[in-house]
Amino acid sequence: MNSDSETPNNGSKEVRELLRRPPSAIYRWLGDRIFAIVVVLLGFSIIALGAAMAIVLYGEGSLSFRQFGFFGFVSGTTWDPAVKLSFGALPFLIGTVVTSVAALLISFFPAIAVAIFTAEYAPRWLAGIIDNLIQLIAAVPSVVIGIWGIFVLAPWLRDTVYLPIFTWAETSYPALLPILGNPMGYGMATATIVLALMIVPYTTALTKDAIKSVPVEQREASRALGATKWEVIRMAVLPYARGGILAGSILSLGRAIGETMAVAMLIGNKNTLPFTIFGAGATMPSVIVNEFREAVESLHLSSLMAIGFTLFIIALIVNLAAAYLTRKFSVKGGQVL
Amino acid sequence: MKTMLQRNIRDRIMESLLVISTIVVLLPLVIIIVHVIVNGISALNWDFFTQELGSPSRAMQGRPTGLVHTILGTLVVDLLALLLALPVGMGAGIMLSEYPDHKLNPTIRVTNDTLNGMPAILKGLLAFVLIVKPMGSFSGLAGSVALAFVMIPIIARTTESALMSIPWSIREAGLAIGLPRWRVVLSTVMPAARFGLVTGTLIAFARAAGEAAPLLFTSFGNNYLPNHWLGMLLGPVDTLPQRLYSLAISPYTHWHSMGWAAAIILLLFVIITFGTARYLTRQKN
Amino acid sequence: MMNLIQSITSKTPPLPLFSTEESRQASGAAEASGATSGTVNEKSEKKVRMETHDLTVRYGSTVGIRNVSLPIYDKQVLALIGPSGCGKTTYLRALNRMHDLTRGATVTGSVLLDGKNIYDSEVNPVNIRRRVGMVFQKPTPFPTMSIYDNVVAGLKLVGIRKSSILDEVCERALKQAALFDEVKDRLKSPGSSLSGGQQQRLSIARALAVDPGVLLMDEPTSSLDPQSTNRIEDLIHELKKQVTIVIITHNMQQAARVSDQTAFFYVGDLVESGPTNTLFTKPKETRTEEYITGRFG
Repeated sequence: MNSDSETPNNGSKEVRELLRRPPSAIYRWLGDRIFAIVVVLLGFSIIALGAAMAIVLYGEGSLSFRQFGFFGFVSGTTWDPAVKLSFGALPFLIGTVVTSVAALLISFFPAIAVAIFTAEYAPRWLAGIIDNLIQLIAAVPSVVIGIWGIFVLAPWLRDTVYLPIFTWAETSYPALLPILGNPMGYGMATATIVLALMIVPYTTALTKDAIKSVPVEQREASRALGATKWEVIRMAVLPYARGGILAGSILSLGRAIGETMAVAMLIGNKNTLPFTIFGAGATMPSVIVNEFREAVESLHLSSLMAIGFTLFIIALIVNLAAAYLTRKFSVKGGQVL
Repeated sequence: MKTMLQRNIRDRIMESLLVISTIVVLLPLVIIIVHVIVNGISALNWDFFTQELGSPSRAMQGRPTGLVHTILGTLVVDLLALLLALPVGMGAGIMLSEYPDHKLNPTIRVTNDTLNGMPAILKGLLAFVLIVKPMGSFSGLAGSVALAFVMIPIIARTTESALMSIPWSIREAGLAIGLPRWRVVLSTVMPAARFGLVTGTLIAFARAAGEAAPLLFTSFGNNYLPNHWLGMLLGPVDTLPQRLYSLAISPYTHWHSMGWAAAIILLLFVIITFGTARYLTRQKN
Repeated sequence: MMNLIQSITSKTPPLPLFSTEESRQASGAAEASGATSGTVNEKSEKKVRMETHDLTVRYGSTVGIRNVSLPIYDKQVLALIGPSGCGKTTYLRALNRMHDLTRGATVTGSVLLDGKNIYDSEVNPVNIRRRVGMVFQKPTPFPTMSIYDNVVAGLKLVGIRKSSILDEVCERALKQAALFDEVKDRLKSPGSSLSGGQQQRLSIARALAVDPGVLLMDEPTSSLDPQSTNRIEDLIHELKKQVTIVIITHNMQQAARVSDQTAFFYVGDLVESGPTNTLFTKPKETRTEEYITGRFG
């Protein structure tokens, strides 16, 4: 074989490689095998991580599940770590569902409005700025929103909204008082409002993507029919984008369900039903945060873990529902799927 | 029948509603940023960056107090988390992208997407059971593991997407000159995708750095700097998000101010990191 | 009669084409133009529905079409032909003010519809687009709407909601578009469940439902198979008894088959226009002849 000093001028490196191929084949094969094994192992660890989460949460919560029964635990209404040592997760389930769904309802139209505005009306430079600001909302850490909520939003809501409504109800409509609850400022309403703000970016982002991908022919066809700008959006754009709108909403719902710190800092931490509008409440993540560090008895800890497992299941269901529903309602290539 | 006037009026009304909604959504963000800066700037002094927190009496008696241990703890825990998460996340991303026909891939993708949607607090609970319980104490290591659990699904997804955007012809070119497959991935594909890989890593890091819930039951928190740097890993350590939470719910006003100051630092960090990621994305395009 | 023409044209080479006498009698329409040599008499018997005077459209600094003056005769088919990028689509879109939606597009000159300039400042383009409808190259049914809802979409825009009226208009429009018999039993199924040719006829029905006087068609059959193309060409022959049609086609045989007048565009200029048979048998301009004989484009 040629020695290095005798190789020809053009393509010498490749020629050298080619000439050396027979002995290096084993080296290559071994390297590839090792690489493949390492990579597959790392990929598999994702599955392991997911499985571990399910197994560990269930395992740690099993003490509680065995004590109260799975459905007994989930539907139990007493959460009493001090006296009765009886744990039921229903208050937190209700708290999570109510705050998350209400937050989604509050944020839905504004979020879509922002998406429509940036996609259809705003000039490019403005749309870019708004986009970045919306992304920033999602990027701000939950604890930062929490501290602002504690010292700024909650007192303001109490003074500007809750107390006036409460005093009005006291005089004009006392029947409402039990539903309104204690207008302290830290409670279900404040937590819901903050949640609504925090989940806007997800609906907005996916809606905007969906709007932008509506084919120009659809818009032109509506225009040619004599539609005004808003009519084009309502008739051709939004229906076509409904898959993205749905996906964004469910993504927002998923975030709301799992949102922990801001809610824990603002919801007032009351573990017993019934919850009122202004009054204190609790969600699954908030009770874990509030009680975990102080939980001493194994049954208490196990119950908190059991709540973690329930949260896991609910987040899982929402995720799977998201994938299914989005596919079902999407419009791709002019065909309703 | 609707007249043209009615339709035009409705168009105008809708446009105004859209503008108003946008303002309503963006206004709180602006207000939050202003409040954080205004309330926290006064506590960002020399002491803040050099003193430990100590007991509440320090603050109440006006003695020097600060969050140096928190800042250092955050750096240690976050960087270790990144070190743990990068191989796993990138490895998974490489598998999904470079070995697309592997039968585990659909399961990996579904699991990864699910993990991405899981609340961070659950990842903290997992790290608690896996690390804190056997170790017998809260630790920086447990905190890093918890944050790594947060980072891994994000890194896996962004890596897959960054690598998949590299055209197949680059791999063919590498194979054609005789490179083994592993060299093709590491030496040609990944460098070509470096923008996407770096951006994805930045995003994962910024997201994890803002999480407090997983740290509450893993690194737990510490009012003091550990004696030995190893103490950061083996014992409880303070981190910014978790400390911010504790300061905010405490009853001491000076601690509240320091909480605002910590909020400034966290806010600055996420703005810079996400901003860099966006800038890099635009550079590439 | 229609099939006779089609059987003739599909077998003859591009040039020269069939004689005029048969085509005039066969279409059986109210056209009075019978002479092949384009005498002055023709014009006085034809009513002008739309016309453009010195129409120029610019995209920024590029000129799309330049000083185009062309009459569009009532209840006749005008075909616009020419190589790609010659300005046919630009011209067509000026007729229903679609350029209003294009950033940076400027329109000068005038476009008269029934004598009035549609670009006058007090004219609302939305109204124009009801009177001048448009069908595009790609069939665009609204995929989330049923066939019925697709057809009556334009009516609902102006606030007509009474189902008796909508039912009646829907049936009329679908019959005009020769689609009614095929879909009358499934009006509620989604618009996207139809075949390509049916979807295009649905788009035509939708445009016809608002009773426009003029229908603009931008290469309506170029994405369809030959059978669907034939059906739509048949449709055009019937439709022109009620509606004035302007059609863009890159297929010269199609232009010869369906149109009464033809206009040839080249790089933004109107090179020649006139009765179809004259243009194809005795074109006045060399460029026209070269294009028709296939020397370019």
